Amino acid sequence: MSMSNFEGDRVAKETQVTKISQEHIDFLHRVRMEKISVRVIQILIFGVAFLLWEICANTKIVDPFITSQPSRVFNTIVRLYEDGVLFHHIGITCWEAFVGFVLGTIVGTIIAIMLWWSEFLCKILEPYLVIMNSLPKIALGPVFIVWIGAGPPAIIVMTLAISLIVTVLEVLNGFLTVDQEKIKLVQTFGGSKYQVLTKVVLPASYPTIINALKINVGLSWVGVIVGEFLVSKAGLGYLIVYGGQVFKLDLVMTSVIILGVAAAVMYQGVVYLEKMLVKNKA
Amino acid sequence: MKPVVEVNNVGMKYQSLNGEITALENINFSVQDGEFVSIVGPSGCGKSTLLSIISGLIASTSGEVLLSGEKVTGTSPKIGYMLQKDHLFNWRTIFQNVMLGLEIRKTVTSSAKEHAIKLLKTYGLYEFKDKYPNQLSGGMRQRVALIRTLVTNPQILLLDEAFSALDYQTRLVVNDDIYDIIKKENKTALLVTHDISESISMADRVILLSKRPGKVKHIYDINFDIKNRTPFSSRETPEFRYYFQEIWKGLDVHV
Ligand SMILES: Nc1ncnc2c1ncn2[C@@H]1O[C@H](COP(=O)(O)OP(=O)(O)O)[C@@H](O)[C@H]1O
Ligand SMILES: [Mg+2]
Repeated sequence: MSMSNFEGDRVAKETQVTKISQEHIDFLHRVRMEKISVRVIQILIFGVAFLLWEICANTKIVDPFITSQPSRVFNTIVRLYEDGVLFHHIGITCWEAFVGFVLGTIVGTIIAIMLWWSEFLCKILEPYLVIMNSLPKIALGPVFIVWIGAGPPAIIVMTLAISLIVTVLEVLNGFLTVDQEKIKLVQTFGGSKYQVLTKVVLPASYPTIINALKINVGLSWVGVIVGEFLVSKAGLGYLIVYGGQVFKLDLVMTSVIILGVAAAVMYQGVVYLEKMLVKNKA
Repeated sequence: MKPVVEVNNVGMKYQSLNGEITALENINFSVQDGEFVSIVGPSGCGKSTLLSIISGLIASTSGEVLLSGEKVTGTSPKIGYMLQKDHLFNWRTIFQNVMLGLEIRKTVTSSAKEHAIKLLKTYGLYEFKDKYPNQLSGGMRQRVALIRTLVTNPQILLLDEAFSALDYQTRLVVNDDIYDIIKKENKTALLVTHDISESISMADRVILLSKRPGKVKHIYDINFDIKNRTPFSSRETPEFRYYFQEIWKGLDVHV
């Protein structure tokens, strides 16, 4: 949104009344052409890479037994579909990632709110947060399995373990960098701490929270796949491990590609959420 | 008549690990109903601290503040506060920004909404009510900020360097704007600034604070021999320069 820098009563309207000049048309055309070129080249790179992969495999430049190839990936998808397990595996993994992601975000934000609310609590917990943040959470996998049992709950807890602390730290940092003067403004109207939270701190932190979400999308997938590596009997992570063990690289590659698509879709979901939530970013 | 604001022997000491900072010492003055009083002083002399104490945001460490005879113990709906920047929330529309104070005070009623709309109309902002702050110019934003304060119907306005974030030309225009609004709405105003010209141009009295610890050094009565006084027209009078000289001497600036 272009905005006016005129002071006083003059407004941006002035720029809209004037007739559109040829230069401006040319400019818009250039911008549009560039956008199209970028998209075309992006698709080309994708197509060429897959084509090369296919050709190299067919001509035995690489060994398709080890590298798989697009046609085999496609056949694998069809076979999984015909066996009726394709969406079962995808569904389980996506569900675990989604639940882990949503839980991580909500619980992380709630903990961040608590720490913001009580500076004292924050000071007490700080060293623990630092330690937990630097700990490689994957090391806790076996602990979770013993405690919770092999299955989706353990996988979701694994996901939480990986994304939670980062969320807490990110969101809390967002809370703490909210302009003190904006908080003072709410206080001058007699605002309570709760009102400071709901009227300023939370809405001002939406961009930070969204950024935390974006990081969380990636971390949730890491958590889910690690979890599935360790315990699962179904899901894309399971297919990858299983495929690796029995040397079915087609299955591994197929799962990795599906995983990539699923993660991208979830990321786009967050981007969409961002558009809805963060109106009129300055 | 009882003064609207009475500041009695107010002192303020800030505590920190590095020691104690005496920001204000033994401040005394009062403000009458409808009066416009400016407070000038070097930066760091405790001007913002003084306004925060009057508004009840912080408690002084000695002395007391009375609003129409009542002792200040916390924030009061009698007081409207304007900060240096407009601090409009960019996630709210202009109208939603204007309603902020009412929401916080939980006094959103249909008549309050009408009042807000009337103010927006009177001050030329109605057509922007559904726009977002980043679509407005700096001067307009400052007016919106004033309306946000006015809709809560405060009797006293505290302005803390409310114009210093604006560029010079805009500031002159906004000075006139806001002065006009304050007079029309019949408010008592207390303006803090480090700009001597600004302080004289708007005020009936100027209170000069010394550098830290802030004490009242002198109080100047400002009178201009003109009709329909505005900050801009005040600046063009011969008296203006005289007052400027006096306060400048009093401020005793060394660089
Ligand atoms: N919360 C605080 N804690 C400690 N010292 C403070 C605090 N607020 C202000 N001060 C100190 O008090 C003095 C006066 O500050 P302030 O009222 O902001 O001055 P001014 O508005 O005149 O520039 C300054 O020296 C400042 O460092
Ligand atoms: Mg100040």
